[in-house]
Amino acid sequence: MGRTLFEKIWQHHLVEELDDGAALIYIDRVFLHERTGSIALKSLEADNRQVVSPEHVFCTMDHIVDTVVGRDDNTKVPSGKNFILATREACIDANIKLFDVNDPQQGIVHVVSPELGIVQPGATLVCPDSHTCSQGALGALAWGIGSSEAEHALATKTLRVSKPKTMKVNFNGELGFGVSAKDMILHLIGAYSAAGGAGYVIEFAGSAVEALDIEGRLTLCNMAVEFSAFSGLVAPDEKAIAYLKGREYAPKGDLWQQAVAFWQSLFSDEQAQFDKTIEIDCADISPTITWGNSPQHACSVNSLVPSAQAGATQNQLKAFYRAYEYMDLQPGTALKGLPIGAAFIGSCTNSRISDLRLAAKVLKGRKVADNVNAICVPGSTTVKRQAEAEGLDKIFIEAGFEWREAGCSMCFFAGGESFGYRQRVVTSTNRNFESRQGPETRSHLASPATVAASAIAGCIADVREYL
Amino acid sequence: MDKFTVHQGVAAPMLQINIDTDAIIPSREMKLVSKQGLGEGLFAGWRYTLPNGREPSADFVLNQAQYKNTSILLAGDNFGCGSSREHAVWALKEFGIKAVIAPGFGSIFYHNCIRNGILPVVLSNDEVLALASHVDKDPQACKVNINLLECYVSAFNTDHQSTELEATDSVNETLRFSFSILPAQQTMLLEGLDGIALTLKSKSNIASFKQAYQQQYPWLA
Repeated sequence: MGRTLFEKIWQHHLVEELDDGAALIYIDRVFLHERTGSIALKSLEADNRQVVSPEHVFCTMDHIVDTVVGRDDNTKVPSGKNFILATREACIDANIKLFDVNDPQQGIVHVVSPELGIVQPGATLVCPDSHTCSQGALGALAWGIGSSEAEHALATKTLRVSKPKTMKVNFNGELGFGVSAKDMILHLIGAYSAAGGAGYVIEFAGSAVEALDIEGRLTLCNMAVEFSAFSGLVAPDEKAIAYLKGREYAPKGDLWQQAVAFWQSLFSDEQAQFDKTIEIDCADISPTITWGNSPQHACSVNSLVPSAQAGATQNQLKAFYRAYEYMDLQPGTALKGLPIGAAFIGSCTNSRISDLRLAAKVLKGRKVADNVNAICVPGSTTVKRQAEAEGLDKIFIEAGFEWREAGCSMCFFAGGESFGYRQRVVTSTNRNFESRQGPETRSHLASPATVAASAIAGCIADVREYL
Repeated sequence: MDKFTVHQGVAAPMLQINIDTDAIIPSREMKLVSKQGLGEGLFAGWRYTLPNGREPSADFVLNQAQYKNTSILLAGDNFGCGSSREHAVWALKEFGIKAVIAPGFGSIFYHNCIRNGILPVVLSNDEVLALASHVDKDPQACKVNINLLECYVSAFNTDHQSTELEATDSVNETLRFSFSILPAQQTMLLEGLDGIALTLKSKSNIASFKQAYQQQYPWLA
């Protein structure tokens, strides 16, 4: 019987089956950031434990650091500076490579790791950050963990893991005009719920996934956690190999040849059995947006706010009513045309160069509507420099967008900057949870192209009318 | 780590589905580079009348007198979804929560619970609702009992205010549901084990694995 891609990676990293039924899995790379990594490193030190392979550990400043031009260690997040200082000190003490505040390679962990070739096909990578699943786009087994598990990985080079079940999600056919990876993943979660992937590691496959570039696959895998999956991944193909070639931490010379030969063996065998398979017809996917307070509240931009489904349980009904109340929407209201106060392009989901190019295509020669606070935060300093070399910054600025330094920024509200009380924002981020982007902020998740179109329109818009 | 064997306590219903870790502990409440000082920020967005205030909101279940000393949450599906922040578990623990019973959990949250001595119990939606409706009669009297040794949750009709485990007299028992948990996680909680200390027993095994691994995949060495 054939093996799945996940099964192959699992076997390569299996140190031992433990008596208690879990497995001891070897961890190739650990990534940290200043929000949760600082606590893990500090706690490890307090327990008198060592980072066993610091050469395999990387850290970046992304969560707390300000994204305003001219930033330093001071942040608008109350007491945020403490996280930055503690992280820097701990990284120096443990001899960990840090992409510091004004390092030319600084940026969001899940943007930096692929663009520097730190994550590689067939490797295991963990980070105390739930969106670590993004990095499965390169055929790695990458997943988010808590701080305590990060300590475990740092101190032992392993994790004790209970093996997840396997799911394959096939995106069949071709994406329609104006539809992108973000719409694919929102569509999936909308159709199968925010708990639909619970207990599974998901392999994304099918013609539409094969057709995506690596950055699109990073977006797709990014939201596997919003589907409640253990992680998501895509089998590495020639695109993945071409993407990694020449990147700073990618193998070089003979090692590159050896690595490529190995990477080419990383796919699910034809006979491989998955515990579950979902088929999606891409013809059914429109530009998609969320209307409620969970990523599962996703539908076409041309839809009406849905009514509570027939047959819903009492708890599900409560969730619908709460979502209507929180978002200040009634069932039957058209989403397209709903006035917005803010537009945000950024986050580990959609802040890469291809995202910015697409948004710029929509923005070029147009102006952001009055009263819309529009902000673009590139995912990394490398992305920012590239965008500036292409003149994209000028397009954003001329359209009326603020152009920022790299970081997580207003993907989440930590007591510093926010879009304002009950502000309605169209956002290229991954979470529309209550108060995620500010006090009682009403977040609508969408692709960066949809965000750009909505910023111009001053209301939720169908990007196809702007391309 | 604290051990979890058996526990009896006041259970409070928070039956909404998809309660995320941002709701459990908003990012703005994570003020210190520390695992401490988070209890006050637990459910801050719902618990207090204003986003940055500390005035208790009368509507919020854990602020109500009948749910005083809650140590068990009865939750909707996918509890703890979202952010990996272990602060959510540290906040629950500091507040006094010993166990959460739900039809399903966010994966990272589930593992964070195990690491911190909090028991996540998976029961069906109907079973969670049955417990909630039982508790609703009189939360202080109708306590919920959880036994991790034998993997069951039960509830009683107690007229007397007993906190003793002798109250698990099956005669009084009105509800009893068994649950399953992986042996690895059960052992970790029952014995209050430190995962790192446990794994370091395999140190030589890891070292020899690493050596062979680095020969096979030298580009990752």
